[in-house]
Amino acid sequence: MNSASSRYAITKEHRGGERAGDRRKARIFQGLMFFSLAIGILTLAVLLIQVFVEGWPRLNMELLTNFPSRRPARSGAQSAIFGTIWLMGIVMATAVPLGFGAAIYLEEYADPKRWYNRLIELNIQNLAAVPSIVYGILGLAFLARGPFGLGRTLLAGGLTLTLLVLPIVIISGREAIRAVPNSIRQAAFALGATKWQTVSRQVLPAAIPGMATGTILGLSRAIGETAPLILLGALTFVTFNPDGLTSQFTALPVQIFNWISRPQEEFKVLAAAAIVVLLVVLLAMNSVAIWLRNRFYQRRW
Amino acid sequence: MTLQAAPSRAIPREPTRPLGVARPRWGERVIVALLFSCGLLSVATTLAIVLSLLRPVLDFFGEVSLGEFFGGRDWAPLFNPPSFGVQPLLLATFTTTMWALLICIPFGLGSAIYLSEYASPRLRRVLKPILEILAGIPTVVYGFFALTLVSPLLQDVWFFTERKPDLFNALGPGLVMGIMILPTVASLSEDAMSAVPQGLRAGAYALGSTKLQVSTRVVVPAAISGIVASFVLAISRAVGETMIMLIAAGNNPNFTLDPREPVQTMTAFIGATGIGDVPQGTTGYLTIFAVGATLFAITLVINLIAIRLVRRFREVYE
Repeated sequence: MNSASSRYAITKEHRGGERAGDRRKARIFQGLMFFSLAIGILTLAVLLIQVFVEGWPRLNMELLTNFPSRRPARSGAQSAIFGTIWLMGIVMATAVPLGFGAAIYLEEYADPKRWYNRLIELNIQNLAAVPSIVYGILGLAFLARGPFGLGRTLLAGGLTLTLLVLPIVIISGREAIRAVPNSIRQAAFALGATKWQTVSRQVLPAAIPGMATGTILGLSRAIGETAPLILLGALTFVTFNPDGLTSQFTALPVQIFNWISRPQEEFKVLAAAAIVVLLVVLLAMNSVAIWLRNRFYQRRW
Repeated sequence: MTLQAAPSRAIPREPTRPLGVARPRWGERVIVALLFSCGLLSVATTLAIVLSLLRPVLDFFGEVSLGEFFGGRDWAPLFNPPSFGVQPLLLATFTTTMWALLICIPFGLGSAIYLSEYASPRLRRVLKPILEILAGIPTVVYGFFALTLVSPLLQDVWFFTERKPDLFNALGPGLVMGIMILPTVASLSEDAMSAVPQGLRAGAYALGSTKLQVSTRVVVPAAISGIVASFVLAISRAVGETMIMLIAAGNNPNFTLDPREPVQTMTAFIGATGIGDVPQGTTGYLTIFAVGATLFAITLVINLIAIRLVRRFREVYE
């Protein structure tokens, strides 16, 4: 009798979830958690709508074909769009080989017990979180002026962005390589392949979709970067398309910033329209990255 | 026939040479060296950052004393006579970071708990890419958003005090920066929570816990070092954010805690001075590096703490 009632008491006490007050608390908690997520998503929606509505009057071909001008009605972003395309080319050509090389080294060759390999790893993790404006200072002091003396050129801007996105490319590349199971490597070794044959013909082809995803994300970061390019002097009034690596340049986000900082309301409209162009490019790139990841990356071995 | 012949050829009666690498493979070694140099480039980048800051900073502190720089409350480096008290910039960086954390810590953690514990796998597959898009929006766009929508909105709905916020203020861009960092907090915290072994949850449910209890008393404490790492990384991002502050905070080096007033953060000062194409070698040019070095040192310390915390949660469950 006594034992039965105490057992009942224990059961009752521990089935707290059954009590009405607890159920309400649980529902409120779940609601709050969903609300937190909704804040981010709602802000994204408001931001996209606001930019689109504000930029709508200037979303026409002239935005893409005209050059910047003192008069907002005749202004366009052609030189900025071409500048961004050039920058992307430079970043692609340099960040992909350097980033993939470092990722392969760290995952396949580096002995993690060695102090210099640990230093490289720590270093990359820190570089990924260094403020972009500090890369701007680096580009200004080291690439544009100083030892390399490239001047305020496309090459200096592109290489600065490369250094900025390299940690992203390396870290995501390493994750993709790590996802390739060891049995693949062992099978290749068992057949007499050398280390490099194993890496280049077995591991890399399997890891490429994941590495491509990371590269696209890195590139989309580079497309949107403004602060380092401002320090490199990309803000100057550029009314011509770049014609080579040593050309002066402006880029789309820099042009947007330039238009935002002007007092006239018409330039704000122009900025919003250019933001729509920038976001369309970025959304397209992100969709490709997400599609790539869902298509290949989540393959189970 | 062949079955008998093959082993006799493959296994010589006495080993003629030790097993292992037959001959040095020079090509392989060249490849390793090339790949290693790619890795080394990252170290070179850090060295270059330090070197590019060091000389100008030494020059700067040749002209301005450390006490004046860190002790002064008046920042007017390009005025005549100049004044080099960096405290207004430090304070502005601190306050705007606090406003950002006010948004991104509760809502980022909430998003992470929802994604990790409540959302169905299908819902998660839809929601996570949306958060990634939020993370991928350029900061210049957030600056535009802060200046043209959030700050005017704050002016409209402000009822706490008689005086309304200025159009350029510390609060608006700070809150927008919080939204910008929210996905970082959410995805890092969610990683940490997903790494908590299913067995811990199952054990708690077996003892009769509700989902709420499992989330708040089992999963969150078990993932705490990863969650704290995401907060620390959020601080680092907020301290280093430039464009939102440059566009919407007003570039006015006020020494104030008041969220309604325009301020200038360290990053915004560097950006604003960089636009002006300051001649090389002048003290104005050197201040970019002095402030930049301060910024780099602060974020370095924060990043190292975050890296250490991330490593700890990886060690526990992987």
